[in-house]
Amino acid sequence: MRQCPPATRFPSPVPLSASPSAHRDPFPSLQVLAQLAQAPPPAAAAAAAPARTYSAAAKEITVREALNTALDEEMSADPSVFLMGEEVGEYQGAYKISKGLLDKYGPDRVLDTPITEAGFTGIGVGAAYHGLRPIVEFMTFNFSMQAIDHIINSAAKSNYMSAGQISVPIVFRGPNGAAAGVGAQHSQCYAAWYAHVPGLKVLAPYSAEDARGLLKAAIRDPDPVVFLENELLYGESFPVSAEVLDSSFCLPIGKAKIERQGKDVTITAFSKMVGYALQAADILAKEGISAEVINLLSIRPLDRAAINASVRKTNRLVTVEEGFPQHGIGAEICMSVVEDSFEYLDAPVERIAGADVPMPYAANLERMAVPQVDDIVRAAKRACYRAAVPMAATA
Amino acid sequence: MAAASFTAAKFLAPVAARSGGERAPPLPAGASSSSFARTLRRGGAHHPRLRTAFAVSSDLLAGNKAAQAAATHPAVTREEALELYEDMVLGRVFEDMCAQMYYRGKMFGFVHLYNGQEAVSTGFIKLLNQADCVVSTYRDHVHALSKGVPARSVMAELFGKATGCCRGQGGSMHMFSAPHNLLGGFAFIGEGIPVATGAAFAAKYRHEVLKESSPDGLDVTMAFFGDGTCNNGQFFECLNMAQLWKLPIVFVVENNLWAIGMSHLRATSDPEIWKKGPSFGMPGVHVDGMDVLKVREVAKEAIERARRGEGPTLVECETYRFRGHSLADPDELRKPDEKTHYAARDPITALKKYIIEQNLATESELKSIEKKIDDVVEEAVEFADASPHPPRSQLLENVFADPKGFGIGPDGTYRCEDPKFTQGTAQV
Repeated sequence: MRQCPPATRFPSPVPLSASPSAHRDPFPSLQVLAQLAQAPPPAAAAAAAPARTYSAAAKEITVREALNTALDEEMSADPSVFLMGEEVGEYQGAYKISKGLLDKYGPDRVLDTPITEAGFTGIGVGAAYHGLRPIVEFMTFNFSMQAIDHIINSAAKSNYMSAGQISVPIVFRGPNGAAAGVGAQHSQCYAAWYAHVPGLKVLAPYSAEDARGLLKAAIRDPDPVVFLENELLYGESFPVSAEVLDSSFCLPIGKAKIERQGKDVTITAFSKMVGYALQAADILAKEGISAEVINLLSIRPLDRAAINASVRKTNRLVTVEEGFPQHGIGAEICMSVVEDSFEYLDAPVERIAGADVPMPYAANLERMAVPQVDDIVRAAKRACYRAAVPMAATA
Repeated sequence: MAAASFTAAKFLAPVAARSGGERAPPLPAGASSSSFARTLRRGGAHHPRLRTAFAVSSDLLAGNKAAQAAATHPAVTREEALELYEDMVLGRVFEDMCAQMYYRGKMFGFVHLYNGQEAVSTGFIKLLNQADCVVSTYRDHVHALSKGVPARSVMAELFGKATGCCRGQGGSMHMFSAPHNLLGGFAFIGEGIPVATGAAFAAKYRHEVLKESSPDGLDVTMAFFGDGTCNNGQFFECLNMAQLWKLPIVFVVENNLWAIGMSHLRATSDPEIWKKGPSFGMPGVHVDGMDVLKVREVAKEAIERARRGEGPTLVECETYRFRGHSLADPDELRKPDEKTHYAARDPITALKKYIIEQNLATESELKSIEKKIDDVVEEAVEFADASPHPPRSQLLENVFADPKGFGIGPDGTYRCEDPKFTQGTAQV
């Protein structure tokens, strides 16, 4: 087994804001969050930020803020990290994720690219070959298909093809999956596509804590990481603890999180579907079914140990994903459980996925094409043999 | 003499002076005896030549009076000439040995040989430093050798042995060598161009943002690719971005007129590839790729431009591959008279003739270089033969740089190194 290369030691985090109150404020990063929560202009508006009382209650931040602060802190800590993509600079990010970064780091480190996914993704990979740490933003992952040759052939396979000489510390990030009413070419989920490839790490955060922790881990990672965000989650707020807001916080890759403990049925989900699964678990609890919800966090490497341990406890499994069903994440999870925990299964594995059609535009059809909370509830009941009607193909 | 008739200053003509009024000097008939080049020029004669782009001809091979008169001052010193000769002979002998080994079953898969194109590899790469990068295509054995990868590493890699430069995991089409800054070996045409542009971007970033400067100037990246690639979208995307951001890169087109069996003229609306440079605002140069000294002159200027931070250059080298596209290619579509025509312009024979005529070395010295190279290549084959196959455990290694895939922890070390990191899952 080859030796780990000397691990990169990161310098201690630089305080983010030079505002005069920074040294008094015990959480300088929250100062930035306060400013971000305000409308622009920033800079000397430190005095204008409302005084917040930091009681024992957790602070809430949106996923957007979580991603922005993660990018900010990592760019500040390591000067070889840079961001490139369409509209990331002057437009402040197509979804405002990179707001304020151009002003702070300048056009050398926050690059607005022309509309050339294949070209600029390849440029990012080449820069990563040669010692920098690029973050390539795709406006949505649908556009990554124009660059998929570079993600897979130049980035994922290089460490293997060069026998460890060329590692590619690059992050490909952007919104993935369905938004609202954006049609077939803007709504596909790419988790299964990228998770299929050895050499890539594929992460899918749900909450703000996940987003911060996983993005920081991805940027520090020496391997290519596909970071699948979700546009509809950007504006959602989640409570975060002080530890999460610390600039050295990061989550491990390859580890799932048990969002909710249960004993009757395991529900696995990732990204937006975790929220739906938690809502379904609430509904099921009222009917006496205790569901365990696993937030996968890391699609590749998949935390098979966690999934199997949970299934061995509950004996029933429902996999939930937003993407197309055939050859999807649920299929892989089901096979993993069949391989490792077959005797523990008391019911067939239920798979909830998007409809096997390109995403329609009409709002009612779109609702049918994406899993809803009811679908998850029904599937869980079927797995518990509580449904009156046997399984029919969900929409 | 080539050096006298070529002035590098023409490279630097401002882009703005694009009136099209002044046409570049026409190629002397003697040098461009290729009927194909004449076809190209006839086709291109309608287009006014832009001031920044011009065609450089080779006077070296023509026996014309001008060349002989100017041949009093050799373009290279004796040491340089011998270095060029040795490198080209190494490329040729190595590739011939590859063919032999392939037909004996020691090499397998796709093997693309570089015979005939050695002047381009030697002419460009021998001017580079160790810190400069080379990105190539599947026809990359000779680029690797010119950049300094030992012949035995390349041969062992081709045999699929554990002592190869990529431990047998890359193969003929994927030569990587981090110490020599050889960033691949790509099978998809056009794939290497953005990667090379990215390496050039990294060089510029290091200089401007990280403030790590070298006394020579920016590190230069060289992207080698063929005529077929010049119709690919990624090529144009990178010409645009390289010029936009003034990256230190030289785009070298090895125009050998054929993309497998597709003639360049059948595939391309405007076959003069050098003209695509000025469309993006960078100089486009056409050079005779069978003449290593000519290539070297052009390369010198292009590399120096890049080092000074003036941005990219597009160089089209008219060259020819003596063998088929790969060892599996029956090569039936190319006409025999075309092949004999270019065989007569063999770059190695031409350089040998030049060296002897200029009294830079004697015939016996050149013969001893050839003998030395034969020995090097024979030894490389023996080394590769004797090397072990990769061990079974190597199959699953190096998928990630991160040994167990759990990422880097808050303290900056790999999480799997932390003894407290258990197999349990993270709880809410």
